[in-house]
Amino acid sequence: MEKGKQTIIFDKKPYIIGTYSIVGPMEAKGPYGQYFDHTIEKPEWDEPSFEKAECKMHRHSIIHAIEKTGLDESDIDAIISGDLLNQIISSSYSVREFDSVYLGLYSACSTIAETLIIGSLLLSGGHYQHVACVTSSHFCSAERQYRFPLELGTPRTPLSQWTVTGAGCLILADKGSGPRITMATLGKVIDYKINDVNNMGAAMAPAAAHTILTHFKETGRTPIYYDAIITGDLGKFGSQLLNLLLKDENLDITSRHFDCGSEIYGDDKRKFQGGSGAGCSTVMFNSYFYNKLKNKEINRVLFVPTGALMSKISSLQGESIPAIAQAVVVENLE
Amino acid sequence: MIEKQAYAELVSKNAPKSKHFSSILRAFIIGGIICCIGQGFFDLFSACFPYLLKDDISSIVTLTMIFLGALLTGVGIYDDIGNFSGAGSIVPITGFANSIVAPAMEFKKEGIVLGICAKMFVIAGPIIVLGIFSATLVGILYWIF
Repeated sequence: MEKGKQTIIFDKKPYIIGTYSIVGPMEAKGPYGQYFDHTIEKPEWDEPSFEKAECKMHRHSIIHAIEKTGLDESDIDAIISGDLLNQIISSSYSVREFDSVYLGLYSACSTIAETLIIGSLLLSGGHYQHVACVTSSHFCSAERQYRFPLELGTPRTPLSQWTVTGAGCLILADKGSGPRITMATLGKVIDYKINDVNNMGAAMAPAAAHTILTHFKETGRTPIYYDAIITGDLGKFGSQLLNLLLKDENLDITSRHFDCGSEIYGDDKRKFQGGSGAGCSTVMFNSYFYNKLKNKEINRVLFVPTGALMSKISSLQGESIPAIAQAVVVENLE
Repeated sequence: MIEKQAYAELVSKNAPKSKHFSSILRAFIIGGIICCIGQGFFDLFSACFPYLLKDDISSIVTLTMIFLGALLTGVGIYDDIGNFSGAGSIVPITGFANSIVAPAMEFKKEGIVLGICAKMFVIAGPIIVLGIFSATLVGILYWIF
């Protein structure tokens, strides 16, 4: 591999043998509600706190993803997961009951891409046979950590996004059938000095543009190679900015671009820019896109989850928002 | 890729803006209704307790409005009102009650002392601090001149 090159091609291309998605009531009411595997009726999900509910969703998605693939829990060699809460408690606490090695990751809303890349490397290197990649987010737990108490009567700004309540798990395997992860373009931390924490789409759009441009430059591919280019949670305004930035570089992806955040709630005006969160891109990929890939309705996708890497402390100290985007190529190979 | 300065301009040029006129109108209407309710209680208490002084009735009205703000927060309605009216329901004393009750409810799960008691003033705290500070400042100026 060339030094400094961001794109890696996996020697043994891992199979995504099964996925599972679980969402909250708001997400189920959206236009993609029918594709999700399970919906919880109340955000608390019979738990004493929202954090515990998120943890339960995380655990539930792992158990049921394994079940869907017909494997046994003991077959899973490693669980790689992450979420948005401080010290990624949803992830770490939910894997207590499993007898697999564990890697906890944080890359904000792009965490799922990181789990897929590391999982693919472990499988491609021949170290493991089955790896579970998981992420989750929960509107109520994220809101109290990043913003205000839920019952506080403040209006949301038109640039705001709504953290998706959802968890998803993908089971990767070295053998089997299904779509395969063929390559990945790792992202760099890009900071275009956006300070407004409500405007995460604007903070993340340059990171997404950078990774997408690098991907096409290094692989020599063009957007028409892909049936869909799926970004994570740029939101409606962020997607608009991404397309403007790419047009500036003479790259047009508009006909293939799909942003999970923009679409998950449809045209619900109360959600403003749409959804966000570590669970957003995961549940959309695991349900709608995975089904399409499995049925061969689409065969090649570029999955680019995006993450805004600020914390409440860094924002209060006047820091701007650094962002990252990681691209994963999922293809049906003959 | 684009320069940071040019990107900042691109963002501010294209960003969706808050609808100021409708925000102000909604704040005016809901804020006005809250004030009318307060005035209604004032008239009611004045009629019921004619022997009370005007200042005492004002205090009872304030207490009633704080109670209503807290109650509506507790039953989960005040955040919807606030989401619609913005400053219209933040500025009156009911909004102050909301800013104390909302975190108290939210942090109940972290315990009574370090949860409710410690976090109760996380939003109202700055208002109280600045209120006392500016009152002291004005008091000193009043005393000097």
